[in-house]
Amino acid sequence: MEPVTLNVNGVTRSLFVAPHRTLLETVREDLGLTGTKHGCELGECGACTVLVDGIPILSCLTLTVEATDAEIVTIEGIGSITHPHALQRSFGEHGAAQCGYCTPAMILTAKALLDRDPTPSNQAIEEAIAGNMCRCTGYLAIVKAVAAVAEENR
Amino acid sequence: MTVHPHHGIVGKAAPRVDALAQATGAVRYVDDISYPGMLHGKILRSTQAHARIVSIDTSAAEALPGVHAVLTGTDLPVAFGLLPVSQDEHALAIDKVRHVGDPVASVAADDPDTAQRAIDLIEVVYEALPAVTGIFEAVEVADEPIHGDEPHDNRDREMSLEFGDVDAGFEIADHVREDVFFYQGNNHAALEAHGAVALVEEDGRLHVFSATQVPHYLHRILARVLEIPESRIRVTANPTGGGFGAKTDVFSHELVTAHLARVTGRPVKIVLTREEVFYAHRGRHPVLMWVKTGFRDDGRITAMSFKTYLDGGAYGSYGAASLLYTGQLQTVTYNIPAYRFEGVRVFTNKPACGPKRGHGTPQPRFGLEVHLDKAADDLGIDPVTIRKRNLVEPFTTTVNHLRITSCGLDECIDRAVDMSEFQNRRRNLSPGHGVGLAVGAYMSGAGLPIYFNDMPQSEVMIKVDRGGGVTVYSMAADCGQGSTTMLATVVGEALGLQPSALALVTADTDLTPVDLGSYSSRVTFMAGNAALEAALKLADLVLSAVADKLDLDLDDVELGKGVVLAGDHEIPWAEAVQIAEARWGLLVTTGTYKPPKDIKGDYRGSGVGPSPAYSFSACVAEVTCDRDTGFVSVKKVWLAHDVGRSINPLLVQGQIEGSVHMALGEVLMEEQSFRGALHNGPSLLDYKIPTVLEMPAVESIIVESIDAEGPFGAKEVGQGPLLPVVPAVVNAVHDALGIRVDEIPLRPDKILAGLDDLAKGGTGRIGPTTLPDYTFRSPILVDPPPERVNA
Repeated sequence: MEPVTLNVNGVTRSLFVAPHRTLLETVREDLGLTGTKHGCELGECGACTVLVDGIPILSCLTLTVEATDAEIVTIEGIGSITHPHALQRSFGEHGAAQCGYCTPAMILTAKALLDRDPTPSNQAIEEAIAGNMCRCTGYLAIVKAVAAVAEENR
Repeated sequence: MTVHPHHGIVGKAAPRVDALAQATGAVRYVDDISYPGMLHGKILRSTQAHARIVSIDTSAAEALPGVHAVLTGTDLPVAFGLLPVSQDEHALAIDKVRHVGDPVASVAADDPDTAQRAIDLIEVVYEALPAVTGIFEAVEVADEPIHGDEPHDNRDREMSLEFGDVDAGFEIADHVREDVFFYQGNNHAALEAHGAVALVEEDGRLHVFSATQVPHYLHRILARVLEIPESRIRVTANPTGGGFGAKTDVFSHELVTAHLARVTGRPVKIVLTREEVFYAHRGRHPVLMWVKTGFRDDGRITAMSFKTYLDGGAYGSYGAASLLYTGQLQTVTYNIPAYRFEGVRVFTNKPACGPKRGHGTPQPRFGLEVHLDKAADDLGIDPVTIRKRNLVEPFTTTVNHLRITSCGLDECIDRAVDMSEFQNRRRNLSPGHGVGLAVGAYMSGAGLPIYFNDMPQSEVMIKVDRGGGVTVYSMAADCGQGSTTMLATVVGEALGLQPSALALVTADTDLTPVDLGSYSSRVTFMAGNAALEAALKLADLVLSAVADKLDLDLDDVELGKGVVLAGDHEIPWAEAVQIAEARWGLLVTTGTYKPPKDIKGDYRGSGVGPSPAYSFSACVAEVTCDRDTGFVSVKKVWLAHDVGRSINPLLVQGQIEGSVHMALGEVLMEEQSFRGALHNGPSLLDYKIPTVLEMPAVESIIVESIDAEGPFGAKEVGQGPLLPVVPAVVNAVHDALGIRVDEIPLRPDKILAGLDDLAKGGTGRIGPTTLPDYTFRSPILVDPPPERVNA
């Protein structure tokens, strides 16, 4: 077991993890932050996306020990049912989630884009979320939901 | 009689009731459940396609520290299957394995890594048997068939039906055309892998959580296989991370998780890996098909003969129904005076196929719609005309005895064709660009339940508390389609309350009355009707109590938005329900739904296809094809769908867009294909689904025919819109390139082969040419319904 210090959603956590433990496992099972989803565990679907130092990464392909001292943000870190982030509200309003399984990762990926570029074009939105699979919506409502927040930023 | 909305709740585009829970990661999917002391299970799966199990040695696995239980087939010896006619599976294989990935043994251990190590320590000795991997082989006699001991062919189910005089219909035809098509199998690829958690609760009863669309059927089969009464089992269906039919069967891992919890006395979780999902499968059947149709010169159909050959994989599952679905719904869009259907489903040593969005109907719909396009070319008429000349009429009965009621197909075609300017653009776009048209129809719920019984198919209960809170109880399972929001919207509209103000308790066998499940697009129509009945009964109780108290006629009280309007008074809802509770006692109402009995014929096989209402769709697709690479990209899709009444246009549009996405995957790239019996790529890297970059613009056109029997006039939208998209794209590729690819997916190599053939002076037709050497039984002759004969 390796000692690691993680900063997750603004809180510093010290824990011991096996060297091969993935950040996905740590976030979900050790920290109980189950909003991050496992869809394939092979880096194919994007459902496990979290932000590490503001960059969307696949937590299923990241070892926890690699994330030591980094700023990690999961879906729980950006808003809640009572205090949702603008993207979270917009996803609901635009029907951008059906089963909801890809949604936390989509929102985090979109947030990273908006943090970098508050007013992206639709094409930039599409390119940003191209690594996140959604099987329900056909993506159109997702692009609309992100574009609506970008519009608010204009 | 249709109940019309008047509170502005039905018909309003509104977010799902669980939208913020989804967007904040607060929804509890089954993998998000955790209990103190919970064990983790893994399943050992067959490495062999077809083999006898000579021995299984689990001693090393059992001796591994941290392992709490090891199960093999003999621990759960009762056979099961979702349909009464398909009791051919075991929780874990007994004696024989039938496909690579067939479950053989299972382990529960302290953690997933230990469970996997234990799995790796189990030694299975197999005696390999010849594997059957395709339809052509499967109709041959095998020394050792996949099921059964005596030499026999590997046929699972067969059906031959003839409605009216088909040969006479061909006799009077001016033109007869035959075609052969192949539709490749594909997987649902829901983003959430299947999983289950089970524990023995304080009262000694077994509690199983599962990512299932059918908690009721899981409940029944758990009781059967575990040999304990249903009353000792509680099933909770968690919201699923996508269903599409993937989670409508009962799976090995659900039964094994439950049994491991009983054996160990500890909570147990099993979540499948993505690879295992491709082995659990139950996805779209590969279907080879042949269609022959007689036409008058003006395009009217005189007779049709349709043959289908389904590659079912290793088990029956829903296959008996899937087989019939490949034959039954052709008549729902077109008036076919005489119709013959012959179909066979075979077993092969591959993961079992089952229901996927559209269950058994996208394959023949593809064949039929491309066949009609070719026939239109033969006859020198256009694709719109040939369809319109044969269009089914509302309130008629089909030759195979299906009752058609509301039908907006004509309007769907007009609107999709007009909006896309199909008629001007067809044959007029620049080379490599094309447009195609197709139509489809689907059921708003299967008319018959899976096990024969006279009980309702949907039951809903509503309870009101003294603060005015309304709780709706229904077993309908939300697999992302929005069934919970639908229930809240229907009840909210009936009571004048906002959907977000209601409490919903769903999909739990202890807490909710039965709903058969989220399959066959049945929930809006059936659970919606049950919810509406319960809500109207509640409205009656409240209104009559208020009228009584104020000494008014019942006609002088009505529900407003959150109030009861009683003469000059406006009584807040919360106060009105207290008046009602004082008058009637506990305010609980129930509603049920059972389809009418007269919607089906009386012949063998007539149980599959009838529905209380059908949805209709028309699609125009526009494509661009690269002649050098053979790559097809879809630029735009116009999809008009008759949903009866759009209960929530935001969710209806979402189902249309999602259906288009799934259809584009099937027509362009997705295939559950095998090298021999080995899956070509059981991962989402190898199994490609469209990303946002492949998704075209979609023009969703909602058509409302206001069905007299649907809740507020509603019909289905979850599956129907997928059906016409696949053939519309294929027809568009013909418009673009002049080639005919009669099998999907439209891989670039097939497009290039078609272009090559065309360049060499051929017809540019690529696709299957031969059928298996299989003789169908003489068809059962069924007289057309009397009303058709008289007409």
